[in-house]
Amino acid sequence: MAAGNFEKYKSDGSIGGNVLEWVDARFPATSMYKGHLSEYYAPKNFNFWYFFGSLALLVLVIQIVTGIFLVMHYKPDAALNANGVPIAFASVEYIMRDVPGGWIIRYMHSTGASAFFIVVYLHMFRGLLYGSYRKPRELTWLFGVGIFLVLMGEAFFGYLLPWGQMSFWGAQVIVNLFSAIPVIGPDLSIIIRGDYVVGDATLNRFFSFHVIAFPLILLGLVAAHLLALHETGSNNPDGIDIKENKDENGIPRDGIPFHPYYTVKDIVGVVVFLMVFSAVLFFAPEGGGYFLETPNFYPADPLKTPPHIAPVWYFTPFYSILRAMVWNFFGLDAKFWGVVAMGASVVIFAFLPWLDRSPVRSIRYRGPIYKTMLTIFVICFFILGYLGTLSPSPMGELVSQVCTVFYFGFFLGMPWWSRMDKFKPVPERVTMK
Amino acid sequence: MSNQGKMDCGRRRLIVATAAVGGVGAVAALVPFVSSLLPSERAKAAGAPVEVDIGKLDAGQMMTVEWRGKPVWVINRTKAMLETLPKLDDQVADPKSEKPQQPQYAQNEHRSIKPEYMIVVGICTHLGCSPSSKFKAGAEEGMPANWLGGFLCPCHGSTFDFAGRVFKAKPAPTNLEVPPHVYLSDTRVLIGEDKKGA
Amino acid sequence: MKKFLITLLFAPIMAFASGGNVHLDKWPGSVSDKAALQNGAKLFVNYCLNCHGASYMRYKTLTELGLTEQQVRDNLMFTSDKIGGLMAVAARSDEQKLWFGATPPDLTIVARARGEAGNAGAGADWLYTYLRSFYRDPNRPTGWNNVVFENVGMPNPLWQLQGQQVRDHESHKLEMAVPGQLSPAEFDKAVSDLVGFMVWMGEPQQEFRRTLGWFVLAFLALLFVVSYALKKEYWKDIH
Repeated sequence: MAAGNFEKYKSDGSIGGNVLEWVDARFPATSMYKGHLSEYYAPKNFNFWYFFGSLALLVLVIQIVTGIFLVMHYKPDAALNANGVPIAFASVEYIMRDVPGGWIIRYMHSTGASAFFIVVYLHMFRGLLYGSYRKPRELTWLFGVGIFLVLMGEAFFGYLLPWGQMSFWGAQVIVNLFSAIPVIGPDLSIIIRGDYVVGDATLNRFFSFHVIAFPLILLGLVAAHLLALHETGSNNPDGIDIKENKDENGIPRDGIPFHPYYTVKDIVGVVVFLMVFSAVLFFAPEGGGYFLETPNFYPADPLKTPPHIAPVWYFTPFYSILRAMVWNFFGLDAKFWGVVAMGASVVIFAFLPWLDRSPVRSIRYRGPIYKTMLTIFVICFFILGYLGTLSPSPMGELVSQVCTVFYFGFFLGMPWWSRMDKFKPVPERVTMK
Repeated sequence: MSNQGKMDCGRRRLIVATAAVGGVGAVAALVPFVSSLLPSERAKAAGAPVEVDIGKLDAGQMMTVEWRGKPVWVINRTKAMLETLPKLDDQVADPKSEKPQQPQYAQNEHRSIKPEYMIVVGICTHLGCSPSSKFKAGAEEGMPANWLGGFLCPCHGSTFDFAGRVFKAKPAPTNLEVPPHVYLSDTRVLIGEDKKGA
Repeated sequence: MKKFLITLLFAPIMAFASGGNVHLDKWPGSVSDKAALQNGAKLFVNYCLNCHGASYMRYKTLTELGLTEQQVRDNLMFTSDKIGGLMAVAARSDEQKLWFGATPPDLTIVARARGEAGNAGAGADWLYTYLRSFYRDPNRPTGWNNVVFENVGMPNPLWQLQGQQVRDHESHKLEMAVPGQLSPAEFDKAVSDLVGFMVWMGEPQQEFRRTLGWFVLAFLALLFVVSYALKKEYWKDIH
């Protein structure tokens, strides 16, 4: 459904029509509108799981708009003010108290960060349920993994900016991970920090990455993700290619125009999402201490580590995998392998299109093996996430090692177990369940 | 999707309803963003009225205080300075101070509450430079020979008399602004507010 | 498929159940009790603000407790002469470091900072218990120790009100050795008011935030009704 194959708009003689014709002769307005909305045919059997793509786009807009307004008042400065408080930290409280409406904007941004990951995790899980990453949508999936990686970087840089205790020590720990890389590691972590400890230079460069570099990359990847999707067309809960069955006009029989059908449907999804979002924002903006971690209400103190540091919840599964690696291999110490495992646990998602060998896409027509594997995988993901919020313990270490093994087993074993399942026949046409 | 062009009434009504309610929501969502552009509590605190002790200001002297980040001049005018004012009535653009550049209580011949004390915002009404004082009459400070004393804006040459009135045919459109102020006692004045203790 | 989702739902619930180590008394107050908050403000200004700043707060904000600017000026403003000024501590932080060995932390958002993951409201309980748990300890340079915050650097700031407790060596229970100006019940109420003020000060707009939240949710419910009707109307076409 590539844009560009549509006829140019012909004016009906009205002023608006003339303007549109003028624009259309110079810019693909009509063809973009048709290609991506009114004549983009999406399968008619999308279910609940298909809300999260448009919701991720909504959260992206929320983050960009609130971010623009926060930058007007925030100051990335680690120096102390007259009252002995770092200027960056004080500027966040300034936004919360002195800027009219500032607290709503700040809570939107902090709640939005967690909401972004919730929505993106559910969106990725949808991909696992219905095989959305399978041929021919590999590039859509790869751009998506890229978005996820950039989003993690964006969140990590952003988390330093309030310059609280968690900001500081979280950044300290993560940046020190890079020093585990053999040979170049120690110098690399100094280059990242721009100082021997996390300091003003670090704060300023993270600010720059957070507000300029990464948002630009993110927007580019989101555009690529959507263009790739609209090139191949959307998958659906049945995992059927609706383009295989077209009517006499070349329109898929199971497809409906995205606009108006999915726009009106997505509006409902947006409203429901906003209700949940507002409930958190107005009644529990700290997210129970998981969205805004309580030690971050203390300003950064380079001389005092908080008794218990944990990354924000959306990083904890990967953090657990990092901590699970306690063995030295090949003369390299465990710290290095932890970093490798953590990096691999994120990047491995990119290989899914080639790891999955099942003849069907959707979980609906897969057998018990896939359902079991996916269930255990998700449970492991939750357990790893939970353990990542706790202080290290021998029991937790063992459990996280078991879960890590399964986590990687899920992916690395997939070429074999995904083929062995008992499959159900896939119907010709989509089903409306 | 077959009924294009003959959109039925119920559908149209629902579109209007959703758009209307959604529009109200969008406007409401704008409120925090727009209000965040207004001066913050810090700016308001910094722009709070300033109390000035004018007891030590000798006749013919001038002091500058900061209010809302702008220079406010307090000038203890001498008899001689005040006597120049009526002589200039035909040379200044707004001799009777008819344009609202001062509170009501300062709309008089000397543009002040007490005749001797001139309190005025030291910002040229043209493009915002701060004029410099040229108190000495005549050409001594580089002014024309018939100069009786007042202020000269260094940026575009607007001139003002000892009541902050702008001379005719100068770039500045109006007289210098007199800020709201109130005398707390004979020697203490509150600049930025008209009412005591409000 | 259904079973699968149910498993997913329960995983986080199994995961999040944990407890602390020191028993904390529940803070009995409420941030909507204006009279208590006013009393807490008075206690805070008299007993805390000498050493600790509340430097993100402006005195003017205290008027939201139902006080006039004049009342705030007359009764609560000791460290600034400007109603729009910050409730900063009079002493400079580097001087304090010299005197106390450490800069007493800013208290504006201490009630939020003392919260816990999974229980953001625990900060109030911690403060309420902490401020009532000082006891005499001759081994400490200040002569004071605390059950909740062991080897705390701060001497009991409220000792004149509370009196002096000692800790029994065997039972580890606190006993009142020298009574103070207030009875234990009165003192608990005073501390509760003080903690209430600190909770309020952590986010002065919190009551408004919750009120606004109900309006927003009600509005979104209305928007849901119309947008859902619109979706239903369009999806009549789809079979």
